Amino acid sequence: MLEVKGIRKSFGALEVLKGVDLTVNRGDVAVILGPSGSGKTTLLRCVNFLETADGGTLAFDGEEFRLGHVPRRDVLRLRRKTAFVFQSYNLFLNKTALENVTEGLIVARKMPKAQAVELGRRALDRVGMSGRMDHYPSQLSGGQQQRVAIARAMAADPEIIYFDEPTSALDPELTGEVLAVMRRLAEDGVTMLVVTHELGFARTVSNQVVFMEDGAVVEAGPTREVFERPREARTRAFLQPGGQSE
Amino acid sequence: MDERLLGIVLDSFPKILIPGLTATIPLTVIAFSLAMVIAVAAALAQFARVPAVTQLCRFYIWVFRGTPLLVQLFVVFYGLPRVGITLDPFPAAVVVFSLNEGAYCAETVRAALEAVPAGQLEAGYCAGMSYLQTMRRIILPQAMRTAFPSLSNSLIAMVKDTSLASNITVVEMFRAAEQINAVVYEPLVLYIEVGLVYLLLSTALTWLQGVGERRLGAYQRQEG
Repeated sequence: MLEVKGIRKSFGALEVLKGVDLTVNRGDVAVILGPSGSGKTTLLRCVNFLETADGGTLAFDGEEFRLGHVPRRDVLRLRRKTAFVFQSYNLFLNKTALENVTEGLIVARKMPKAQAVELGRRALDRVGMSGRMDHYPSQLSGGQQQRVAIARAMAADPEIIYFDEPTSALDPELTGEVLAVMRRLAEDGVTMLVVTHELGFARTVSNQVVFMEDGAVVEAGPTREVFERPREARTRAFLQPGGQSE
Repeated sequence: MDERLLGIVLDSFPKILIPGLTATIPLTVIAFSLAMVIAVAAALAQFARVPAVTQLCRFYIWVFRGTPLLVQLFVVFYGLPRVGITLDPFPAAVVVFSLNEGAYCAETVRAALEAVPAGQLEAGYCAGMSYLQTMRRIILPQAMRTAFPSLSNSLIAMVKDTSLASNITVVEMFRAAEQINAVVYEPLVLYIEVGLVYLLLSTALTWLQGVGERRLGAYQRQEG
């Protein structure tokens, strides 16, 4: 469903992505792992056009695009098929929890308000936030804000949801509640591409792993294989501390 | 003596207040509304970095912030007729006050736009919204909340600055007081009186500012 080939991106002289390939099939829960600065987040942002990649191709639903030359109209259209959950939540600060979910439905997708509100209530209910629909982001904890952000992402019934380190800004207690919501989404068959440092989540929830370092993919494959029989020494060292001595 | 002064105060009060209602307040309301339109447009153009328009905005702000309001009034009212543009006093004042105020408020709004976290725009994009939709629904409302106290400040300053329009023969409150003074010659009483009326208007606006801030600030209040 999503196939990225040879994606390249530099910030000035710093080459952040050095030709990365990535494939996500419908129903996949794919995680991108790797040390800080390996280019994971940039990859995700390029895929959703928050950054403009310097080169490479992107195929979505069989439509192919040359990265760096995607017309604005196509960018908008593709974004409406996807959703993005940020590390720092980025809830609309001037909107209530419910409005955060309905905003994109009403404004971008031209859905009638009553229908959007109905969908919004259901989405907030699924993330356990039905009691706080009229709260503003400033009145919610980090974990609650991130759950609202996930409700916002899934309400539009996107073909894929991108998660950019969704729990990195949360303390351990709140991390659990967000991961639980993501786990349920995965069980419901939602296609997800997740940049994360949560190895436990990656191991138990994902079915595909991409391990990146220095702007390149070191190893990619089914989760079980990568975790249990990593081919590369670098992957082994990252996934199993102490594993290098084997 | 006291009775005479009291008589002057009572007699002059409506003569000052009426030009306040027919000139000072309309001038302020019309010019400030236009200034807001100019300010938001100039701020948005600069925020979006529209190349030529940004340069034009910088030039406009440079000129109108860098020259005295009184000079601007004189240029437009007394100067422009030389090149065939003759405006009545009130429209001339509206033009100058809106352009002058627009220049200051454009900077306020631009700073407020830049203070909105970058993630808000990205979140709008990821919700499928276009740049314009996100600006209108998300960024601008937040920026206007931030700008509101400064803009209120500008508005209050402007109410008082409209007294300068007396110099181009607009009969507003200050000019009314001057005209009465020319007859009865009681400068201390009359100028204090007109000052008090300005104070009254400013006080009302300060109160409105408080109400407005509480309304707009709803989303920033923490719970509990």
